[in-house]
Formats: sequence, C-alpha cells, structure tokens
Amino acid sequence: MKAESIIRAPLIEGTKDYHKITEDICRPIEAKPSRSWLISITLSAILMCWGFFALGWTVWYGIGVWGLNKTVGWGWDITNFVWWIGIGHAGTLISAILLLFRQKWRTAVNRAAEAMTIFAVICAGLFPIFHMGRVWLMFFTLPYPNSRGPLWVNFNSPLLWDVFAISTYFTISLLFWYTGLIPDVASVRDRAKSKIAKVAYNIMSFGWTGSAKHWQRHESLSLVLAGLSTPLVLSVHTIVSFDFATSVVPGWHTTIFPPYFVAGAIFSGFAMVLTLMIITRKVLNLKEYITIGHIESMNKIIVLTGSIVGCAYLTELFTAWYSQSIYEQYAFMNRAMGPYWWSYWGMMTCNVISPQLFWFPKLRRNVAFTFFMTIVINIGMWFERFVIIVTSIHRDYIPSSWALYSPTWVEISIYAGTIGLFFTAFLLFAKTLPVIAMAEVKAILKTSGEAQKSAYAASHAHADIQSHGHGAYQPTKP
Amino acid sequence: MDTNKYWKGLDELHKEASYMELRNKEFAEEIPVEEIIADTLTKKTSGRRDFLKLMGFSVTAATVAASCKIPVKQAIPYAIKPEEIVPGLANYYASTFADGTDYCSVLVKVRDGRPIKIEGNSNSAITKGGTSARAQASVLALYDSRRQRKPTKGTGEIEWSQADNEIIEKLKSIKASNGQIRILSGTLLSPSTRQVINNFILEYPTTKHVVYEPISYSAIADANEKSFGKRVIPGYNFDKANVIVGFACDFLGTWVSPVEHTKQYVTNRKLHKDKQTMSRHYHVESRLSLTGSNADVRIPLKPSDVKRTLVALYNKIASSTGGSSAGTVTIPSKAEAAVSAMANDLLASKGTSLVVCGLNDLSCQILTNAINNLLGNYGSTIDLTNHSLVGQANDKAVNDLIGELNNGSVAAVIIYNANPAYSLPNGTAFGEALKKAGLSITINDRADETGSLTQYSLPDNHYLESWNDAEPKAGSYSLVQPTIAPLFSTRQGQDSLLIWSGKTTSYDAVIRDYWKNNIFTKQNKFSSFEDFWENSVRYGVCDTTTSSPSPTTFNGDVVTAANVIANIKSSEIELVLYESVGIGNGKYANSPWLQEMPDPITKATWDNYICLPVQYAMDNKIADGDLVSIKSGNTELTLPALRQPGLANGTFAVALGYGRTLAGRAGNGVGKNAYVFVGFDGQNFSYDGAAVTLSIAGGVHALAMTQTHHSIEGRPIVRETTLSEYKRNNAASNEDRVKEPEYAENSLYPGHEYSPLKWSMSVDLNSCIGCGACGVACTAENNVPVVGKDEVLRAHEMHWMRIDRYYSFTNPNSSLLADRVTKEKEYDHHYGSAFVTDYENVNVAFQPLMCQHCNNAPCENVCPVAATNQSTEGYNQMAYNRCVGTRYCANNCPFKVRRFNWLDYTTADSFPYNTATETLRVGMLDNITRMVLNPDVTVRSRGVMEKCSFCVQRIQDVKLQAKKENRTVGGDEVKTACQTACPSDAIVFGNIKDPNSTVSKLATNERTYHALAELDIAPAVSYMVKVRNIEEIQSKA
Repeated sequence: MKAESIIRAPLIEGTKDYHKITEDICRPIEAKPSRSWLISITLSAILMCWGFFALGWTVWYGIGVWGLNKTVGWGWDITNFVWWIGIGHAGTLISAILLLFRQKWRTAVNRAAEAMTIFAVICAGLFPIFHMGRVWLMFFTLPYPNSRGPLWVNFNSPLLWDVFAISTYFTISLLFWYTGLIPDVASVRDRAKSKIAKVAYNIMSFGWTGSAKHWQRHESLSLVLAGLSTPLVLSVHTIVSFDFATSVVPGWHTTIFPPYFVAGAIFSGFAMVLTLMIITRKVLNLKEYITIGHIESMNKIIVLTGSIVGCAYLTELFTAWYSQSIYEQYAFMNRAMGPYWWSYWGMMTCNVISPQLFWFPKLRRNVAFTFFMTIVINIGMWFERFVIIVTSIHRDYIPSSWALYSPTWVEISIYAGTIGLFFTAFLLFAKTLPVIAMAEVKAILKTSGEAQKSAYAASHAHADIQSHGHGAYQPTKP
Repeated sequence: MDTNKYWKGLDELHKEASYMELRNKEFAEEIPVEEIIADTLTKKTSGRRDFLKLMGFSVTAATVAASCKIPVKQAIPYAIKPEEIVPGLANYYASTFADGTDYCSVLVKVRDGRPIKIEGNSNSAITKGGTSARAQASVLALYDSRRQRKPTKGTGEIEWSQADNEIIEKLKSIKASNGQIRILSGTLLSPSTRQVINNFILEYPTTKHVVYEPISYSAIADANEKSFGKRVIPGYNFDKANVIVGFACDFLGTWVSPVEHTKQYVTNRKLHKDKQTMSRHYHVESRLSLTGSNADVRIPLKPSDVKRTLVALYNKIASSTGGSSAGTVTIPSKAEAAVSAMANDLLASKGTSLVVCGLNDLSCQILTNAINNLLGNYGSTIDLTNHSLVGQANDKAVNDLIGELNNGSVAAVIIYNANPAYSLPNGTAFGEALKKAGLSITINDRADETGSLTQYSLPDNHYLESWNDAEPKAGSYSLVQPTIAPLFSTRQGQDSLLIWSGKTTSYDAVIRDYWKNNIFTKQNKFSSFEDFWENSVRYGVCDTTTSSPSPTTFNGDVVTAANVIANIKSSEIELVLYESVGIGNGKYANSPWLQEMPDPITKATWDNYICLPVQYAMDNKIADGDLVSIKSGNTELTLPALRQPGLANGTFAVALGYGRTLAGRAGNGVGKNAYVFVGFDGQNFSYDGAAVTLSIAGGVHALAMTQTHHSIEGRPIVRETTLSEYKRNNAASNEDRVKEPEYAENSLYPGHEYSPLKWSMSVDLNSCIGCGACGVACTAENNVPVVGKDEVLRAHEMHWMRIDRYYSFTNPNSSLLADRVTKEKEYDHHYGSAFVTDYENVNVAFQPLMCQHCNNAPCENVCPVAATNQSTEGYNQMAYNRCVGTRYCANNCPFKVRRFNWLDYTTADSFPYNTATETLRVGMLDNITRMVLNPDVTVRSRGVMEKCSFCVQRIQDVKLQAKKENRTVGGDEVKTACQTACPSDAIVFGNIKDPNSTVSKLATNERTYHALAELDIAPAVSYMVKVRNIEEIQSKA
C-alpha cells in the first residue's frame, strides 16, 4: 500500500471501514425501488419507445422523412452520433488514462463513467446504422469473405474506419466495465437474500470467490484491457474526426480536427459524468464517496479541455484567413454570420466562455453551479457538432446548390429516444449494479479515507513536530 | 371387376418365404450403410461424430435442394418474329413532333415495340437535330394515363361506329337545313390534314375552318398582310444576322420556332481561333425572358415603353436612311441611349441585321416590318418565301366564331386539337355558348375543359401512334410515322373527318396521295414515287425550298401605327403574360417531366406565380411565396409572388398555361389560369400591357425552386469575358487555366490507369442558352424519378443534370455597350450603394451542371462500401446494388450533383405501402406510364445514391457495336442524351485520348477550363468561357 501525503484532502469522507463501504454502496440495490426511480424509468422508457417508433418510421419510409436534402446529407443524425460518442469518451479516459496517471480519485467515478460510456456508445451507434439509406444492407460495411467477387469494403473510407473504431471501442469498454464489476457483483451475490437475485448475480459474477488466484487473474485482465483502451481514448475520436477531415468540404477539411475532437469529447464526457454523478450522489446518498474534491478535479479537466477547444476554434478562424482560400473564408464567415449564426455563437458561449468561470475555486466547488454548467457544456458541444456538420455543408462550393436544413419530428424523436434509452439503461444499472467500484474504493480506503488519514496524522503528530517543527495536521473539511 | 391373374414366376405363385421377404423390401440387396459410414481403420461401426457429420450434410443438402424456391420465369418468344424487331435492340424511326406551334423533326427510339426516347433528326434543315424540352417530353404524353381511352357521348362511352353514324346523320341534316358548321382547330402544320378539312368543306359547304392558338402570332401575320400582302409569319435567319434586336420576343424560348432559332442563333455566336466574331444581340423587354437573359445588351422597359421605343428606333433609322419620322414619342433616357446604340449597329449591318418583335400587336409588327424594310433585311435575314406556317391563327376569326356561337347561328362545331374553354379569356362563357350548337364534337387526346362540355368527345391518337405530315415552313416537309399501335381505342382526327366526309380512304392514303401529287413533283432527286416515299419515310424530311426570295414592297402605314402606339397610355403597373418554356400554352400541363423542369429563369417548378420587380417587392415587404392578388378591371387573380431580378420596374409578369382543371393528375390545380387577363384589341389577342393593381392577399404558398441562391459569390466557377477582351487575349478571364497542369503535377492522389478510352465532356457556356432540353432528355434517358412539388420544395429533386443560373449586377457607371458584369471587388466596394441595388439591370449566366466525373473523385474515397468508383474509362460509376446510402459521397461532392433516393419514388424497394405520396399523385408510377422507362437503365430503389453516369449505357452500346464490327470506337461516336438534345450544340462528348476527337481538340482551347480544378479533383467535364459581345471599358470602380 502506498502512503499518501496527509495534507491531501481525503477521497472518502466520514468514518468508513470495509463493511461500511459495502453497506453504503449496496444499499440502493437491496432497497425497494423508490418512487422517484419508478417515475424516472417510466418516463425514460416511454421516450425510448417513442424513439424506436421514429426509427421504425425511418426504416419503413426512408431517410426522406428527415429534413435532409440534396445539399445537406447529414444533419441531426451525425451530429447526435458525434455528440454521444464524445460523451462516452470520459469513461475510457477515467478508466485508462487516469489509471495510468495513478489518479486515485477516479475510483469513485469510474464505474458510473464506464457504464455511461457503454450506454452512450450504444446511443451513438444507432445513428450511423440508421442513417443508412438501406440499413438492411449494413453488413456490406463489414469486411467478410463473400461470393460477390469477393467484393471488399473500401479501406480508404473514414466511414469504414469508424465501423472498426466504434465496434472495437464498444467491445473493449464493455469488457473493461464488466471485468471491474465481477468482484462487486460477487459481493452483491453474497449479500443477496432472494433466490432469484442469488442465482442471477451468481451467473453474472462468473463464480467469483475472491481467491488469490481470482484476484491475480482479475488484475492481469484489467491491466491488459487498460492497455488496450488507452490508445482508444485518442483513436476513437480521432477517427470520428476523420469522417470530416478527409473530405474536401470547406470547414471539414482540417488537420486540426483529431486533437480538437478528442479534447471536445473529453470536455463533453466529463460534463456528462458530472451531470450523472451529481444526481447519483444526491439520490443514492453517496456524498461521502463522490466528494466536492472529486467534482473539483473534474471541473479542472473541464476548464483545460474547454480551453483547448476554444483555442481550436480560434485556430480555425486564423487558418481560414491565412489560407486565402475563398471557400474556407466563406465557410467560417458563414458560420459566424450566416443563417445558422445562433448555433455558432451558442457554441462559442457554452464551450469557450462559460467554462472559464471554473478558474474561480468557489465556482468549481459549487455543486449547483457545476450541475448547471455541465448542462450548458453539453448543449454547447451539441451545437459544435451541428456547426461543423450542417453549417459547413449547407453552403459549400457551388452557390446554386446552397440550401437550408431543419429537422423533422422524426429526427427530433430519434434524438429524444436515444436520451430515453440512455437514461433507461443508466437507471437500470444504478438499481441493479454497484454504481461505485466497491473493491477499488476499498483499495484506497487505508490511504485516502478521512478517518484513516486522521488516525495516521494523529499517530505521526509528535514525530512531525519534532522533525519539522510544524503543528499537527488538521484535515479541513472542504 | 375381377382381374386376370398373371404370375411372373413360381416363387411368386407359391408365395415362397424368401420371395415374400424380398418383396417387402425397398431395395433387393442390403444397402451397405454401415460400411460406407464406418471408419474401417479404427472401428467397425460409425461414431457419433460421423453420424452428426452425415446428418448435417444431408439436412443441408435436403434444405438446399428442397426449399430454395426457384421463381418461374415465363419468356414467350415471338412465334413469328416481326421484321426489324430484335429483342433488346433499339430501332430509330424518323418522325415529327408537330403540335400546334411546336415543331421538331425527331427520331423515335423504339425498344421492343415501345417508343421510349426522342432524339433530334439531324437531317432536318430546320431543326438540324436540335430538340426542345417539350419535344423530349412528348414521348411521356403517349403513356399519359389520363388520355381518353374510348369515345364518349355526354358522360357515357360509345362505340366508334355508333358515334360515326350519329354524327354523320346529324351533319347531313344540318347540311340539308343549310346550318352553319365550324371547325375550330389549333395550328395545323400538316398539309394533308388541311386537305382533309378542305374535303370536309367540299362535302359540307357551310363549313368554315377557324384556326385558334391560345398564344397567338396573329398580329405578325396581319401586319405582313398589310405590309406585303401576304398573311404569313416569315422565316427568320438568325444565323445571317450580325446584329439582332429583339423587342419582347422570346425567340430562343417559345416564340414561333425556338429550336430552329436557337440552332441559327448559336451558329453566329460560336467562337474559335478562325472565327473571332459573333453577333451582337440587343433585347428590349419587360420581363426577363430566356432570350433576354442571353442578350449582350438588355434594356428592361415596361410594355408601353417597349412599344414606344420601337417607334423611336424607327424614327432614328428612318432619319439616317433619309426617311421621315413617324411621329415623336417620349421614352426613358436609358431607352434613348439604347436606341442610338442599336441604330448605329443596325445601320452598320444593313442587310445582315434582324429586328424581331414578339408583341401580338398590329402596330408594333408594322413598325418592325418597316424597320427591317429600311435595313434591307427582307430577302436576307427575313424570308417571306419560305415562310413559317405556325402563324395560321386568326384571332379575329376566333372572336367572330364566339359571337356566332353566342347568337346560336352555329349548328355544329368541331373542335380539333384545341381547348378554348380553358384558354380563351372568357373560357367559361365560351363553354356556355358551346351548348347552343346543335352538334358539338371535340377531337382531343383527353376529355379536357372543352371536351367535357361537348356532346361528343372523340379521343385522338398520339403522334407516335399516327401517320401524319407537317410543313413547318413553306417547302419544308416532314413525315410522322406510327411507332406503336394505338394504346387505347383512339382514332386519328383526320380519319374521323374523312369518314364523316363520306370518304373511304384512310388518312395514310391521303398523305401518300398528297405527297405524290404535291411534293414528289417539286423534287427531281427521285424518279419513282416509291423511292421518294421510302426515302422520305426513312429520313423523315423532304426539303423543296427555293433560295430565291421574292421581291418585297413595303406598303405598311407606319404613321398610323406609330400614332396608335403614341396614344397608348402608360399605367403605373403593366402586366405581361408569357408562355412558359416548359408547359407551353397549357397543353403539356399534365407532363410531370415538364412540370418538374425548373423554369430556365426563375428555377421554380410546379407553379405559376406573379413575378414582381425586386425593388417593388422590397418596398412593399413582399417575399417569395407571399400570396398577392392582381386586378385588372373586374378580373382578379391570387397567386404567390416571386421577386424577379431583371424585371422592368412597373411590370408584373405571369405565365400562361397553368391552372388546368381537367388536364390530369399532374397538371390539375397547378397554378392559376392567367388567360383571364388576355385582352382583345378588336383585331388580336393582347398579352402585354394590361394595367393592374396589386393587393396583398395574405397567406403564403411556398414556391418549389431548385435554386434559391442566385449570386455566384465571386467564385471562378462560371467565367466570362467580353468579345473585345477575348480578341486581345483568347484566354481572357481564364488565366487560371495555366495552373491546371500544376495541380496534376503536385497531386497527392495516386491516379488511375485508363484504357485507351477516356471519356470527357466539354460544355461551351457561350453556346448554352439555358433552355433545359438537356435536363428533360436526361430524365427520359436515365429513368430519373419525378418527385413532385412537395419534394422539390424540400430540395429532394432528382435531376441528374441541372442548369445553374446566376445573376450579376450591371455596372450602371458604364456606357450601355460596356454593359458588363460587376466584378467581385466592385461589388464589395459598392456594397449597399445604388450600384448593387439596381435589380432591374442584371446579367445572367447559365451553367449546365452534371456529375463532373472527377478523375480524383472526392466521392470515391469516402464510400465505405466502394459503391462509387472510377472506371477504367475515366468516368465515375455507381454500383447501385452495392450502395448502402451513407450519403457521404453527396456531402463530399463539391458540385452537389449526387441525388439520393430519399423516399420510395419508383416502387423499386421491397417495402409495401411506402411510396412517396407526391410521386404517386403525379402519376409517374402507373403501369402505363412506366412503359416509358428505358430498359437499359436500372430503376433505382429507395436509399440509393444516383447521379449522371455519362450515359454509360450508350457508351456500352457503341463499344459492343464496335466490337461486333471489329474496329475501335470513334472519338466522337458516343453521344450522351444531353448532347443530342441540346439545340445549341453546347455539349460535346468523346474520347479525350483520341487526338482527333472534338473533345480532345477543345481541351486545348484557351477558353476551356475545369470548374474547381484547384481542388485537384481533375474533373472530366470542362467548360468554355462565356463571351459577351460588348466593349470593355476601364473599370470605374
């Protein structure tokens, strides 16, 4: 066990021991579903069903039921796709990159963030699949041996890379999430009272007994998966950005896109994690595990990535001017001053200006303000994708073909439906599986628990005074 | 019944045990199953795995053999193969599209007994292989499901024989009582038909034949009668004119013989190294017509000023040629400047100039004749000998007939190929008057607004089902031959008239006789009539024109005419009624192809509208689609507004031909009938100058326009220069051309290997007049779906070929002849000033745009399934059945030429009940209408991307032909549908690797450039710089 500086704020507040952690985190699973949970899941499920109905409508009648046209071939569909994929990014970042950077605070949020990733990727994946004119032939996009020549896919196409990137991302994320869940599911199984729950959790825990061998294998697998997902954090959104960057469309054809998209994805992902965690810590009473310190750490990342995104926006403007290409220049002029000016300025306000408020410690430690900001950021990031996609293509090279685009009820319903799907899945997850990784939190309890830290400080107080002449450490509650 | 007992052997007879045992077995010998399936090396019996293997195999085999449903295909061969028909091979028959004032000599492509496409007939001395959108769309009218299928009497169907008996009986009794009979027909270009009518008149001497055209040129004919004693419309030679002055005359779009005029017009406007001159075209008009948009100098004036300017021009020319003034008129100062410029140019080209006037006004036409007479144009650019025959209409006679009908003095009226109840200004009153006739018959293709009112409605054949002839110009003849048996129980009108006249000869015999007696005798190429006839049918045309013009003496009364014009009062707002390039006078209103063809200027489809001057609309806060009412006298009409740059201030314009009620599914209720505003001046119908007032009706009627942005934003996509600059530097405005090879040298694209064939296209922007025939031809050739108004409104139109139209401001600081397009820098400099708010004076540029077949195609690398890829012959091809519909190719297409099947427009997908409502409504999916589909081109299903294929089926066809003949494909041998349709020869297609092909020669022309070449996409389509014949002045910006 690594020792941690006593002047660091504790990551687990209150007086906790291993059993208390298990009790706290398993409580929501074992308790009867609350009224608010039932209402929430009903509403989410209705929204989800409505979205599926709209999807069915699209498949039956064709993409023409959307508002797209000869000039604007992608609209809300791909905007939503990129938005959801971006949201999903936080999970991978927390589980892989923060693990490598030994950020202990990640243990409180990684489980929920990873779950969010999986649900967001499912929502995201619906869009590229159902935006196809002939969705029943989507297997054409897979490179499999066939009797048509054989006819292969086009390995030059960024859409094909997307197929690989998204499916890999989903698979790795799912495995990583599930691997982490196994010990916790076993704990839930051991505590389960009803027979059905016992059997179900037993199957899900793959017969975990907590033996040393199990732990050893679990750790190895986690390491391998962490290694696999680390490059994914960068690659997935890079490849998503290639969907635009490899084109010739002014406003899309930009080399800055990969870092800009990755930063934007983390930005929006963290915002979404915060949205969910702030609700979860309140509703499930987990404030002692998801502390203000956690929220502050995440807000710091938000201000960093938000600033990167802001730099990217300004760089784009500079490049457009510097290129002296009339098409590039017009594209950016049109973003700011064209018919979709509101989306550009919405994006600028939500993504660049408002996160700068997090430079103030008071604001970034304020839960209500943070919650409000996370919503603003996700709106801003949706606008960003809309700006990139629609305002670039609606006026490209040939002015005769310029057109406007607005969504129909079908597109709006599908988008609302994915939000319903996301929350339905998340609510089911929160009710049936531990939203905080118990095993991992337990692993940092000794070093980062408040009571443990205080005890440690007390036992070393004398020595400290003697050696350094300082007063005893008094952990202050934030 | 007891049967005889036969036995085969003793063992059977005695029922021996061994026999009995064998008899009950299926196989006489034991089947060595065990041996077969056992692994003899290891064990004696088969194991579980072997069993599973064998079972798996047998189940699969059984499944494959038993359950795959093989559809039964029934192919019924011709028991006796008709001569000439080879299934899968197309035949072409020469014929003639002659309908009212429309004339076009054509070749009809017939596949497996079905006419499916119209091509121009290059043997014609008149249309010279050119076609119009209407000619292209005429094949669709054959399969119009709204055509009348049986003769009707009242509301009930009737047999032909019964109808004939009744009609003959009635006609005879009318003849006996000396009752008046009237035949009211559209223009009859056919001399044989006129003969048939003459025969009818011989049989029924009280018959009078009145020719009626809803959009009439009667005044021209009247003026020529007064001027030269000949009631005809002259033949015009735009090719011989170095200076052309048009007065409200859409001679390239709709007027008299647009295809012929276009062919002539562009001859003198083509530019190349050895011919660096072109005609100068002035155009004085009120609305922005197709012709006006092609003029070098355009002077927008309201109708009353147009007329007065004509007088002013006469005075100017008369004073220079020693004549006397016809009386003074006051005209706007800009018109005065125009008059002196025009007069200078006209006088400098005496005998090689041409003034034409499209106003159906006697005085204006007399003045026009007088001007041409002073300029000595008769006999050179105007030909009264080989005159046109489209001007048979006599407005006065029509008006008289209405009077006769009203006072009940007409006993029988036969309306043949005309729809007066719709197209007369007082059509409803005409319908009432019609009821007073004892016998009323219509012979039309459908029970239209008139046919539904007459006692008998007798369906006529479509021209593709008929024998006929035509004489579009005196001495020029062409034949119509049937290419399919009549689809319905229809009969040619001529046959009906023959039967009623008591003749037993059929109409085709009449034609032969006529040709034998009248045309055969005029030629000396063939000695036997049979040879002559064979040849005429084969080539479709026969030219017996003489080149010696008859001397003319002008006798017109110029002073009176000028006086009439001088007395015209101007109104604050004057109305112009015009013929639409697509649906004409309303006759083609039920053609989905023509309805969906964007108007060349407004780019609106499926509607008519009130064109308002932009400034007027801005002042009154009227936006496109706002409903407004115009009122003239007691007549009021509410239509959506459309802001039209180039429209003269104080002028509104509305297209005729819309608002049909009984045209059919596509045409009914599209727009409003503006014929109500047509005036009658005692002599002729008038279409220009009625005083109107406007009120805002409230509400919006969205207009489906295929182009909603009208400025090119200073992008070098369309390039144009002036003639003087071009003469100084053939690469004027095309300096960027030299950079094109650099793009290829520095390319990042790996490039492709090409076969010795590499297809390429060149489009000359200086020739293209923007008429839209190419687009309709493309629709016909490539089974391009019609989507209907609602879908066009959502920018879902499917046209593979479109013509972009851009406006630019005219520099008001420049003199008239330097009437040039503003440069982008000037525009920026003057932004917001009067310089860029003069919406009246605009220039127009057209650019036909189809897939550019980029050799480094941006669409190709983004397709995840490689559905679109580069062929070895240099064009970009689509594998429809591979396409999954991600639409990335369309997003990445810089030219936005890719078209996605948003909905089920063709019923080609496998989902039931999901066809696009609008497409269903317009009737393109009827089984009859679908007979027009080209079997060589896949009908695309919903969810699939499509686009111009360079007519790959035509390329394949020529390649196969060459292969059969064991030769190489000629460089110019393949011709695309748009190319053959084009009346201005603007499109050239061919093998660019063949140094002798036209397209490879054009590639080195200094005017040639590739649009967006700077993207290094290497398009296979190139454009040639447009040249305006105006003088360049130094920029004053």
